[in-house]
Amino acid sequence: MDPQAAKMIGAGIACIGMGGAGVGVGTIFGHYLAAALRNPSAAQGQFANLIFGFAVTEALGIFSLLIALLLLFAL
Amino acid sequence: MDPIHQFEIKTLFPIMRIGATEIAFTNSALFMLVGLTVILLFMLGATRSRALVPGRLQTVVEISYEFVVTTLRSTAGPEGMKFFPLVFSLFMFILVLNVIGIIPYTFTVTSHIIITVSLALLVFFTVLVYGFWKHGLHFFKLFVPSGIPIYILPLVTFIEVLSFLSRPVSHSVRLSANMLAGHITLKVFGGFVTMLGALGFLGWLGAILPLGLTVALTALELLVAFLQAYVFAILTCIYLNDAIHPGH
Repeated sequence: MDPQAAKMIGAGIACIGMGGAGVGVGTIFGHYLAAALRNPSAAQGQFANLIFGFAVTEALGIFSLLIALLLLFAL
Repeated sequence: MDPIHQFEIKTLFPIMRIGATEIAFTNSALFMLVGLTVILLFMLGATRSRALVPGRLQTVVEISYEFVVTTLRSTAGPEGMKFFPLVFSLFMFILVLNVIGIIPYTFTVTSHIIITVSLALLVFFTVLVYGFWKHGLHFFKLFVPSGIPIYILPLVTFIEVLSFLSRPVSHSVRLSANMLAGHITLKVFGGFVTMLGALGFLGWLGAILPLGLTVALTALELLVAFLQAYVFAILTCIYLNDAIHPGH
């Protein structure tokens, strides 16, 4: 296979990993919203945890995007 | 139109050579100095009057101070306050450098893995040194959770050690990868604008969409810049908490 084509295909495959991060971020915000609607007074106290969980999960998606970008531009 | 080009390190003027390694004043060093100057002027300017009723600038500084204090106290407890200078410096340094990086034609220092690894290793070794200095060999309790059945204890301890050792990796890659990916995305969408614009009048009409997206993405990047500085600071607090209170 042409190495350039293999790189492009590899970058595309690497981006699949972002789907997992999408599911994770959706779960975090969905559960936060569900819990916040049940008990709105306690919601504000958990905001830092929400942001923390979001950033940690989102980073995993960014990692796979990084692999794709490295394949496309850097390697 | 290479989107990686913006992260290139350029030598501004060389300082000296040690063997084959050149030590030089680079654009990375320049922007670190700029960031430091911004923080210094900001802090000194805000605390100069020290009014009882704070002005605008003083309010911003007080809010950032309170913000870090609350984060540190809620995660590491009152004993964690002795690490406040470390956490506050890390937070302000990363936040200012991230925000400076969003301005066009500037350089994003935190997008380079070598910078973030240095910061993450600083935190890692602070935790190790303080943990062993304060608790001695009791620090190893960190790796042995209580209330675990004895037959899976070796496995759990192995996993705990592994996760402890991989901390600086995830701590540093998270920040630099976020910055890198965000800035590359901005550049790619900016490239769409010029590519469509080269097509003529219809291209200009089509270029409105990626231009609007670039503006929206810049706003998102501002959020990410703050968020990643906050996450770096809060992870530092959590790791310091392990050094102060080992054992689960």
